[in-house]
Amino acid sequence: MTTISSVVVQTSAAPELGVADLPFALVGLWVLLLAVFVGFELITKVPPTLHTPLMSGANAISGITLVGALCCTGADYPFLGKALGVLAIALSTVNVVGGFLVTDRMLAMFQTKAKKDGRGPKA
Amino acid sequence: MPGRLWDLELVELVYMVAAFCFVLGLKRLGAVRTARSGNLLASLGMLFAVVATVYLVFGEASLVLLLVGLVLGGAAGVVLARRVPMTAMPELVAFFNGLGGAASMLVALAEIAAYTRAIPAVDAAPTMAEGVGALGGVPFSVAVVVSILIGALTLSGSLVAYGKLSGRLKVDRIGLLGSRPVNGVLFALALGLGAWAGFAAAAGWPLSIAALLLVLASLALGLGLVLPIGGADMPVVISLLNSYSGVAASATGFVLENNLLIVAGALVGASGLILTQVMCRAMNRSLSNVLFAGYGAAAATEADTGYTGVKSTTPEELALLLQGAQSVIIVPGYGLAVAQAQHKVRELAGILEKSGAEVRYAIHPVAGRMPGHMNVLLAEADVPYEQLFELDQINGDFAQADVVVVLGANDVCNPAATRDPKSPIAGMPVLHVWEARTVVVVKRSLAAGYAGIKNPLFEGENTLMLFADAKAALEGAIAELKANA
Repeated sequence: MTTISSVVVQTSAAPELGVADLPFALVGLWVLLLAVFVGFELITKVPPTLHTPLMSGANAISGITLVGALCCTGADYPFLGKALGVLAIALSTVNVVGGFLVTDRMLAMFQTKAKKDGRGPKA
Repeated sequence: MPGRLWDLELVELVYMVAAFCFVLGLKRLGAVRTARSGNLLASLGMLFAVVATVYLVFGEASLVLLLVGLVLGGAAGVVLARRVPMTAMPELVAFFNGLGGAASMLVALAEIAAYTRAIPAVDAAPTMAEGVGALGGVPFSVAVVVSILIGALTLSGSLVAYGKLSGRLKVDRIGLLGSRPVNGVLFALALGLGAWAGFAAAAGWPLSIAALLLVLASLALGLGLVLPIGGADMPVVISLLNSYSGVAASATGFVLENNLLIVAGALVGASGLILTQVMCRAMNRSLSNVLFAGYGAAAATEADTGYTGVKSTTPEELALLLQGAQSVIIVPGYGLAVAQAQHKVRELAGILEKSGAEVRYAIHPVAGRMPGHMNVLLAEADVPYEQLFELDQINGDFAQADVVVVLGANDVCNPAATRDPKSPIAGMPVLHVWEARTVVVVKRSLAAGYAGIKNPLFEGENTLMLFADAKAALEGAIAELKANA
């Protein structure tokens, strides 16, 4: 393993067993399972008004791949790996920055309206 | 490097804070009053995670490379988010979603590139077990294949959705792509290539080729899956693709052994699935029916069966009707978005309210091209969300309404859904607009909606058809109302 996080695994577990990666996959599956339940619970009762901002906000969160992309430009990656990594950084940054900004733009419209209490249309 | 280990633990803690921000942010996104702060919180979580990661790889990676990607991507994101008009929101979300999928695919490919080089040239061909072991074990193999498959599928599928939503792409298939048997073949091919890439070819040069072929097959599968789906089923497709981008991010988390990616991806995957389910229920169809049946194409032929006794009207007559009305309900649909008439609707409503009428909006859950599409458009035009009513809230009130104005909506107010058990949309919850004293349907023609079926509403006794673009019709009515005032 050449990822940075694997350094921990190799220093703490017995490397000669060759199964050092298995515990992460199992722990990861637990994390996945619980996070899926949390996700279902969080979204179930959202009013339709917020469906678009919610989707666009969630979409921005899925740009979390950016964190992974940043790791791919590490020194021990070959040129091709780095090139793919930089491309991934650029694309996921568009997703993250654009996603959060556009969600904020939508939600700002909802908010100004709530304050004005709907008096008078915009010019 | 003992210092490195300490750094790793610190970064892991920051990741935990980021995960906390995502969960709480999503929760706050679920209520109007807290939504904006929720989005801010989630973006802060992302900022923490990115800063911590840059700190972690700093020194090991070239900072210039990182900055190039971050600055270019950030600038593009800002420009897109600022410039895009609200009516183009569905296609923008689809586009962003595709980029997320692409990033997951690229990260997995970068990992493969790293491993293929890390494997020294061996004298004898390695066994499968040796290859998989060298690659990172069975979980790694599975995760890398899933990342590429779902990531690439999300990319091409989202781009097709983008093309359809922006009106640039109007075809249902390209060559053989888009037909069901071909999709089946592509799916089997992608699975086979995935097994080859992740296991059989795990060591040495065939891995790169297997991975590349897997990318191509998955991209083609994404095209084939989304191409045949009609524009009006897009709320379902966008929700589902959104979910996929989360699944891809989660899989990438397993590739990189990063819990934050797993958690964030799972949250998005689950929320996308819930929205998909909500949209399907609103159309009284199952997900597989939306994805595979394509009934729009099948039933389109019977759409033009003649309408009899259709009464048409003019913007001036609409103005007169509205002048005498105490209770007005507006039913917006995709035609409103196409005509970009949201500001005109608000202006008309303002005039009516000034003269003492009550104006409400009835929003069908699948009106428009993405979940909540109408709400965003009307919000842009400053329509107070207290005036927006969901189907269940307002369906009982149509009987007391003097005038209902249907703006570019069709199937969501088709009485056949409740009256004709043989109708393809039988059982779909619809807005009971026909119960009002007068219904004015603003529509460009008698053409069928996405379901491709006749709408008996158009020939109803209390229905008047106004054949015009929604914006033009509203402008005409507004001018008339102002002249009479």
